[in-house]
Amino acid sequence: MKRTGAQIVWEVLTREGVSTVFGHPGGAILPVYDAMPAYPVRHILARHEQGAGHMADGYARVSGDVGVVTVTSGPAATNLVTALATAMMDSVPIVAITGQVPTTLLGNDAFQETDVTGVTQAVTKHNYLVTNIQDLARILREAFYIARTGRPGPVLVDICKDVLNDETEFVFPEKLDLPGYRPYTGLDMDAVEAAAELINQSHRPVIIAGHGVQMAHAENELRQLAEKAHIPVAMTLLGLGDIPETHPLSLGMCGMHGEARANKAIQESDVLIAVGMRFDDRVTGDLDAFAPNAKIIHIEFDPAEINKNVPVDVAILADAKEALQALLGKVNPARHQNWMAKIEEWNHESQELDILNAEVDELIPPYVMRQLWHVTQGDAIIVTDVGQHQMWEAQYFLHDKPRQLLTSGGLGTMGYALPAAIGAHYASPDETVWAVVGDGGFQMTLQELGVIMQERVPVKIAIINNGFLGMVRQWQELFYEKNYAGTPIQSPDYMLLAQAYGIPARRVTTKEEVVAALEEANSHEGPYLIDFQVKEEVNVYPMVAPGEAIDNLLRRRIVQGPSGLQPAW
Amino acid sequence: MTHDPSTFNKHTVIAWLEDKPGVLSRVLSLFRRRNFNIESLAVGHSERPGVSRLTFTVVGDDQMVEQAIKQLDKQINVLKVENVTGKPAVRREMALIRVKVNAQTRPEVMQLVDIYRASIIDVSLDSLVVQAVGDQDRLDSLIELLSNFPVTEMVRTGPIAMTRGRANGANGNGKHARRIAL
Ligand SMILES: Cc1ncc(C[n+]2csc(CCOP(=O)(O)OP(=O)(O)O)c2C)c(N)n1
Ligand SMILES: [Mg+2]
Repeated sequence: MKRTGAQIVWEVLTREGVSTVFGHPGGAILPVYDAMPAYPVRHILARHEQGAGHMADGYARVSGDVGVVTVTSGPAATNLVTALATAMMDSVPIVAITGQVPTTLLGNDAFQETDVTGVTQAVTKHNYLVTNIQDLARILREAFYIARTGRPGPVLVDICKDVLNDETEFVFPEKLDLPGYRPYTGLDMDAVEAAAELINQSHRPVIIAGHGVQMAHAENELRQLAEKAHIPVAMTLLGLGDIPETHPLSLGMCGMHGEARANKAIQESDVLIAVGMRFDDRVTGDLDAFAPNAKIIHIEFDPAEINKNVPVDVAILADAKEALQALLGKVNPARHQNWMAKIEEWNHESQELDILNAEVDELIPPYVMRQLWHVTQGDAIIVTDVGQHQMWEAQYFLHDKPRQLLTSGGLGTMGYALPAAIGAHYASPDETVWAVVGDGGFQMTLQELGVIMQERVPVKIAIINNGFLGMVRQWQELFYEKNYAGTPIQSPDYMLLAQAYGIPARRVTTKEEVVAALEEANSHEGPYLIDFQVKEEVNVYPMVAPGEAIDNLLRRRIVQGPSGLQPAW
Repeated sequence: MTHDPSTFNKHTVIAWLEDKPGVLSRVLSLFRRRNFNIESLAVGHSERPGVSRLTFTVVGDDQMVEQAIKQLDKQINVLKVENVTGKPAVRREMALIRVKVNAQTRPEVMQLVDIYRASIIDVSLDSLVVQAVGDQDRLDSLIELLSNFPVTEMVRTGPIAMTRGRANGANGNGKHARRIAL
């Protein structure tokens, strides 16, 4: 049957299982929008293309499948760049479809022409410019295949407007031919044997689990391995939930704002098993001082990540699930009582220094996070923005499930939370979705409240309003002699703002109001916004200063409190 | 990882690329973005239609070169990458060198050209264009000698390479070594 290019876009998308797209129309993509109503897809109109991109990202992280975003040429495509870079860094599968000026105008600096494939080259797993309708179906198919296989990532397809209007016989390309792309490698059992041997001989093993575990749905295998060989598990920010944080073998988060016990255990380990993580500098600190006595086993899907930052002793190039399954059959049951006792000592010490102390009267953000965990009973999708609140959420909300925390880990994109939370809702409409966002980041993408209004998206928003770009202020306090240049930030009246968008809202200024407000929001049918006006100058601890070894921790001060010594908040 | 420049070596790497729009630009921007120190680069057709062959030399330690190769290999349109450093291979480069001459120096230059089995491909009253083919060292030394006359213009292609013995073309399977040699 003859189809226009625009119809082919929808023919392929619907066959790829797409039912929701996030986007914003314009001249060059208009044929795609014109053809859309004839297909069983829902379009969510973002208020900014960056928002549309983050929505697709949130959708992809929760659904585990490709998120789709459609925008027009030029400024729309450049607005998308931050969202693509965010997805690229965190290996999130997105297919971005952008309209482009007609082939006849390409290269002429036509109205709204941007070299989109050029601009997005470094922030996509792959991209295409389509100048001939005969290539269109194949390229779209390849885009989905590349986005969702191997190490997932964003793929952009830039389609010239005349291609969208052109007509051809539509054939769905069943077979793909990508000779340079062979993401499946097969497991090397020699490497598995070598890894098992190291583990079996170890006395102080530690697992560092990352995002790759959740992407591979390998959380059960990970837990079984940890339990069988008695290995404590530290998690990266994106790995939180790989093993339940309430599990006795969980060390919680490691790295720059990781728990002391996790960082110390890594440093003292004799065998380190890194699974689906890439030794980001926020995880390793000073590389030369990282896990100095450990033999390192790296289970990783992307060959380029192996030996990139840390030289490893055994590399298992495989999907985490497959590798862990194989390893599980080879490791001996073990008990490491002395090692666990040592970790418990560190844990005890850090309880005193870092853990939330209920005797604080002021409204401090960690308390809000801990109560959010209680009120939701840990059963919610949490989408955080970037900054102090992001770290507090990671520390004080206990993530027991995988794919429950969405956050921009690799790029650290402020403005991510609100749109990504909207996308998350569409991937899992029955789950409660909370956006936890700073007053700075919220003001970067708050225009997406318009989507919540128009579509009645039942996302709950917790603004951690500390009057500062808090994380930057913390660095200024610690490393720039409290020179708060450019970090104080005013907010509009969020009650009025919420009212303008028809969203119920509440302001919380004392500790006593926190639980009631959270409960009301959590049980409310629709969207809800809470403005938590928290104590301003609170720091995130522990902290590893940039470039330091991860066991060189800056700690919260201890002061005399009403009933003895307590951390100073 | 910290890198000690005193351990840096020159590596010759061959990559087979699908001959599609944007592929070369992707490869080049990858080199720039990842801070790979590329000394030379030569690209042209391979024995297989639709596949181009890129030879480049990169300076760095083994780990840096391993990274360069893996990042290249990860590109969707890169079919295969091979480090031929240390392998038995022939490496050749071509140079065109314009040398300023006069009646006295012309015979001297011609003699040098002869010794190096280079050839003269263009002649004018006050200059000669020398074409030289050889491995990098040989060209370096010829150019150094000619620069005494002096050289007024020069272009080098950068080396291309081919391993000795068995054919090693675009079809071989080089993608994703299963276990990283340590
Ligand atoms: C788009 C973007 N711009 C700048 C930064 C640098 N940055 C990191 S955290 C931060 C402060 C965030 O402030 P806020 O949203 O209020 O969160 P808080 O740290 O106060 O919890 C800034 C500016 C960033 N990560 N992303
Ligand atoms: Mg703030």
